[in-house]
Amino acid sequence: MKRRDFLKQSALATVGTYFIPSFLKAFNQGKNNFNNKKLVIIQLSGGNDGLNTIIPFENDLYYQARPRLAIPKTEVIKLSDNLGLHPAMEKFQLLFKENLVSILNNVGYPNPDRSHFRSMDIWHTASESNEYLHTGWIGRLLDAQCQNNCQAFNAIEVDDTLSLALKGDKTKGLALREPEKFYKMAQRKQFDYLGTKQEDNIDYLYKTLSETHNSAAYIYEKNKIKKQNNTEYPNDDFAQRLKIIAQMIHSGIETSIYYVSLSGFDTHTNQENTQKRLLSVYSEAIYSFVTDLKAKQNLDNTLILTFSEFGRRVEENASGGTDHGTANNLFIIGNSLKKTGFYNNQANLSDLDGGDIKYSIDFRNIYATLLKKHLTLDDAKILNRRFEYLDFI
Amino acid sequence: MKEQEKINYLYQRAAFGLGLDDFLEKKSIQREIENLEKKHNILNISILEKPVFKTDIKNLPAEEKKRLQKENRQSIKNINIQWLKQMANPDVAFREKMTLFWHNHFACKSPIAWLNQEQNNTIRKNVLGKFGDLLHAIAKDPAMLQFLNNQQNRKQKPNENFARELMELFTLGRGNYTEQDIKEAARAFTGWGFNFSGEYVFRQRLHDFDEKVFFGKKGNFNGEDIIDIILANPQTAIFITKKIYRYFVNDNPNKEHIKELADRFRKTDYDIKDLMFFIFKSDWFYDENNIGSHIKSPIELLVQYLHFFKINFEDEKALLFIQKVLGQILLLPPNVAGWQEGRAWIDSSSLLLRLTLPDLIFGLQNLDIQAKEEGDIETENFAKGNLKLFKNEMNWSSITNLLEQESNGRIYEILKNWLLQKEIRNTSEKSFLQKSAHLSKSEFVRKAIHHLTTSIEFQVS
Repeated sequence: MKRRDFLKQSALATVGTYFIPSFLKAFNQGKNNFNNKKLVIIQLSGGNDGLNTIIPFENDLYYQARPRLAIPKTEVIKLSDNLGLHPAMEKFQLLFKENLVSILNNVGYPNPDRSHFRSMDIWHTASESNEYLHTGWIGRLLDAQCQNNCQAFNAIEVDDTLSLALKGDKTKGLALREPEKFYKMAQRKQFDYLGTKQEDNIDYLYKTLSETHNSAAYIYEKNKIKKQNNTEYPNDDFAQRLKIIAQMIHSGIETSIYYVSLSGFDTHTNQENTQKRLLSVYSEAIYSFVTDLKAKQNLDNTLILTFSEFGRRVEENASGGTDHGTANNLFIIGNSLKKTGFYNNQANLSDLDGGDIKYSIDFRNIYATLLKKHLTLDDAKILNRRFEYLDFI
Repeated sequence: MKEQEKINYLYQRAAFGLGLDDFLEKKSIQREIENLEKKHNILNISILEKPVFKTDIKNLPAEEKKRLQKENRQSIKNINIQWLKQMANPDVAFREKMTLFWHNHFACKSPIAWLNQEQNNTIRKNVLGKFGDLLHAIAKDPAMLQFLNNQQNRKQKPNENFARELMELFTLGRGNYTEQDIKEAARAFTGWGFNFSGEYVFRQRLHDFDEKVFFGKKGNFNGEDIIDIILANPQTAIFITKKIYRYFVNDNPNKEHIKELADRFRKTDYDIKDLMFFIFKSDWFYDENNIGSHIKSPIELLVQYLHFFKINFEDEKALLFIQKVLGQILLLPPNVAGWQEGRAWIDSSSLLLRLTLPDLIFGLQNLDIQAKEEGDIETENFAKGNLKLFKNEMNWSSITNLLEQESNGRIYEILKNWLLQKEIRNTSEKSFLQKSAHLSKSEFVRKAIHHLTTSIEFQVS
């Protein structure tokens, strides 16, 4: 089409120049469909060694399989008669003692894949292990929520790039590391858009850009006035990302899903030091985060899910590490859990699947439970089929 | 539509666009199609002369093992970069575009550098031949056999992975076969494997020689037979032509065009080259709805920067980094289903990054962007750290020299017709021209290119 022709056909729509109060109003008009609940998802990337996280300190098989790496019974932080925490997780123990944690053991899926990418794909898309979906479960949640008014900021990943989990067909979540930084970057690219009625790909790109501007401005404006925050966070990157999530929750923005990753768990070698450091980072940060939410009464509506794409082999390898495994433990944190402590028993270490722990809970049962019971959404529509609900909430 | 616009569009789709010199020079679409048709050059990837290791390295001394693993990892990066640069070479760009398409169709990852190189060259050799030859070659390709677990496919315990993807993703599409067909096909591929030298081997004692029933036919089928039966199925031609249409013509396939293409594809015994030129010669290929309808993939975008502006990065890691943050790394597709293409490339952050990329590439502004850590120690170091201002050398004179005779206003028109397939749908153009009117010619060229490459319209072809 020649420029003259589409000038005739199109109204001049302005993208990227706002009168702030009016768009804030516009956003607030939309009814929040998530029952005002928040879900924070923490991904431990690389495959955290669950067996050295939740330790069966009375089990000889555990000590036999790991002559070098097993955590000595005396060092384990005991949580029950036979299970305890890695010594680096003292702060996590405090949450456990306050009945804020539910630990689900042996979480996995049928026909497990031991490749990081593929297994992460399966967790992100909630697919079968021989099925390839190009949308993530949170992305499909966004799609299911959006009629005409799809809003990317309903799900935010605190990172520079967006994970598959947050990509839907119609709507994709937002990736940002810090509201102000994101706002400034968005501001650098502003166009007055001569909108057309065609719904072609160029139109789609303009629309995406326009939504990005609006979302960035909305989040930034709501977060601009830094509310006093008395909770102290460690200085590391992961803790700071959780702090940003807490700020966004406190700011009252209508985001329901937050996503953040902690990486480095692929401990084929030198596991002892690496895992110790990472579990300490996780434990300290999550403690600050929960304390922060609690102080502002924002824990009441929030659940926190922590998962890893797989656990590691029961037997240690010859290089002071462990190789890729299958089922793993997973944490749910919140202050109104129905079942706290250990949700189920740890798998039998004498009944393994080629050296790996057999799963007893499909992770999609957990997704379904969170979608239905916490966010009050149609889980079967989002997960493409029905999964039984669990009782942790 | 002007002849020059047609030529530009043809090269956008069939290759990675035209350099400015070629854009100004080429005059006849007819001749350009003929030129493309005559091009047969093949440049193979040539990072390795032989496999990095030919034995099971588990048994080597630790130090030797470490050295070989490091060399192997570095070689994969080098293959990636050599291929990327090759795409920016106009002499072979058409074949490279086809290779990229089939790399995504036969999406595969291998941790072994040699197998990556071999597979890539196998695809490249076959991309303008018969689809059947390509398919047979891929079925015996060690990287693919490894990726889809056919090394573990044994008579006593068949592994269905390869058989399933062969039908679901490579030929027929979901819903056009039964689970029983997969089981039977898997039996026919038992014993297909490879050795430590990276060569295909048929391990007779692992092969199931008994009768199979496949698509209602009974026989002592082997793997080759299975592939031939699939090729005889008209659905294969429909599935493949649809995918080609989506990539080279439009995200939304036109039913009549697909029928026409699929019939022809079968009749020519799956001649890929014939199919491509049938498309390029069709009137509908140049339909206004198709022009500018394709969202450039990260690789297409990156190759255009290399090709159009002849950028040399001081540290070539930048090339890996851009692939990573934009979401497409050559040789590392997300899974066997490949990259989704189209709108799947675009989300808020990837779009902002695309629009800001010229600032970085042309060395104008720093940007603090981190790549996501996937958690896998094998690929982690592929692109680590922050995206900072790239140190690079650009040959601006290769562009300014061509425009010496023109006024600034005329230069803008030329650059726009060269870089964009669609009119800019916003008012930034006017203010840009007002602000830049006083600039010297060389300064104006830089600013205009920056202005055009940061447009939404540069994201499509």
